[in-house]
Amino acid sequence: MRLSPARIVLYVISTLVLIYLILPVLIIAPISFSSARFLTFPPPSFSLRWYQQYFSNPAWMQATRVTLTVAFLTVLIATPLGVAAAYAVSQSKQRIMRLIHMTLLLPLVVPIIITAVGIFFVYAKVGMVATMPGLVLANVMLGLPYVVISVLAGLQSFDPAQEMVARSLGMNRLRSFFAVTLPQIKSSVVAGGIFAFISAMDETIVALFISGGQYQPLTKRMFTALRDEIDPTIAAISTLMTAASFILVLLTGTRQKKDG
Amino acid sequence: MTTPVPDPSLRYQRREHGLMLALVSPALLVILLLIVMPVGWLAWQSIYHDGFTLENYRRIFTEEVYWRSFALTFEISLAVTVLALLLGYPVAYLANTVPKGWSILILALVVLPFWTSVLVRAYAWLALLQRTGVINQLLRYLDMINEPLALVHNTFGTVVATVHILLPFMVLPLYATMQKIPSDLMQAGASLGASPSLTFVRVFLPLSLPGVIAGCTMVFVLCLGFYITPELLGGGRTVMVSMLVSRNVELYNQFGAASAVAVVLLLSVLLIFFAVSRFISLDRILGQK
Repeated sequence: MRLSPARIVLYVISTLVLIYLILPVLIIAPISFSSARFLTFPPPSFSLRWYQQYFSNPAWMQATRVTLTVAFLTVLIATPLGVAAAYAVSQSKQRIMRLIHMTLLLPLVVPIIITAVGIFFVYAKVGMVATMPGLVLANVMLGLPYVVISVLAGLQSFDPAQEMVARSLGMNRLRSFFAVTLPQIKSSVVAGGIFAFISAMDETIVALFISGGQYQPLTKRMFTALRDEIDPTIAAISTLMTAASFILVLLTGTRQKKDG
Repeated sequence: MTTPVPDPSLRYQRREHGLMLALVSPALLVILLLIVMPVGWLAWQSIYHDGFTLENYRRIFTEEVYWRSFALTFEISLAVTVLALLLGYPVAYLANTVPKGWSILILALVVLPFWTSVLVRAYAWLALLQRTGVINQLLRYLDMINEPLALVHNTFGTVVATVHILLPFMVLPLYATMQKIPSDLMQAGASLGASPSLTFVRVFLPLSLPGVIAGCTMVFVLCLGFYITPELLGGGRTVMVSMLVSRNVELYNQFGAASAVAVVLLLSVLLIFFAVSRFISLDRILGQK
């Protein structure tokens, strides 16, 4: 391709935009390995003190346990609910299913701050503020659309006649689903579950309102810490969180490539 | 499944309907209990406090703190949307014209920040932009400034970080739309004697409009409800609507006022979705994430 001036401008602008996009993601790791108390760049010398500070602080460790527990429970609950719902939405021809489908995607449409305040009011009424079940349930709700969207996309390329064949050969509905349908949509189920996990791990705003006491997730503590002062411990936590997200996303990527 | 045999199939169909509703109901229940009911509660609370009242809404339109915050939120959202479009369009265009391997790389770089927590990115921008931050240090080192620039804890910092967070929501729908534009059309334009820039303006740009609308809608609507970024990077001066909601709840215990602000925000969002859905399908906007 001939390099016209317009094309050179396009390359330059795009490169600058891409740098703008990834620079903030890349800047955290070096800060987290720096020995300096205050942000200096380049870091004066390599050190693991912020990681040490994170792992030796009981409050951070408790928050980490809460985050991981919430994220795992969220996946365990949201995935089967989402798969069942997506299956029903894709198979049923009833008109009401379109409305239900839209309703299931509401968590993506309603601004999260409104959801957070609404849940806070309801939880306050029923005494579920600052409890583990309350936190898990809210994250299940927020994670459901990801599972539904991902599984629906998977079911789109699946031919329901195959399940009918299995049933005509004598399998019952449930068995035919597990034997025929599920293996074929496995990768989108896994992807949906991983999205729900990441969503629960990163969720901050709802947690700010409804979590408290010993059941505060990592993000709530990070938010409060960021509002007060910039502590490089947060860089260490951020680096770990980012690494965790990337590993999870890579897992979905390679899985999807494998089956298809 | 729909073979029209009279009686047994009707019974089968009814059973089938029942089963499908049973399968969808647990998920639906969670959504109804945790988002439909809470939002309904908010709406109720905004008009009812020992009797019906529109006081909370009157305040939004008359008290300066409120309507200024709404105006500021719309201004910031508009600025963020325009910037995201200006930055996102060239990237999506480039990804669409380079060989496959390169376009995968470009898209990966766009999606990469998508998977890092908003909180982490807010921290990163603080580290970059603050008075003793990376950018100020660099500029000082290069002798370009004497005093550190105020890049954060203001509207500027909020916009920079918000555009960064929302840019993927612009690039992905743009790219998806551009991919569907047949390249023959451009060649046809060229063969008819149009210059590359004229074919771009007359052929490519109009055909990419659905992507532009989808991307702009998503970015604008998401920005309207942004909370973490303005709270951490706005320095308390950039009070967006979401912060108004949270302050009314956390600081002043003004639940009615918070609810009314939330309802107006939600109605704005729904109205925008409704207006846009008349031009392009909603699935196209929401399907991106």
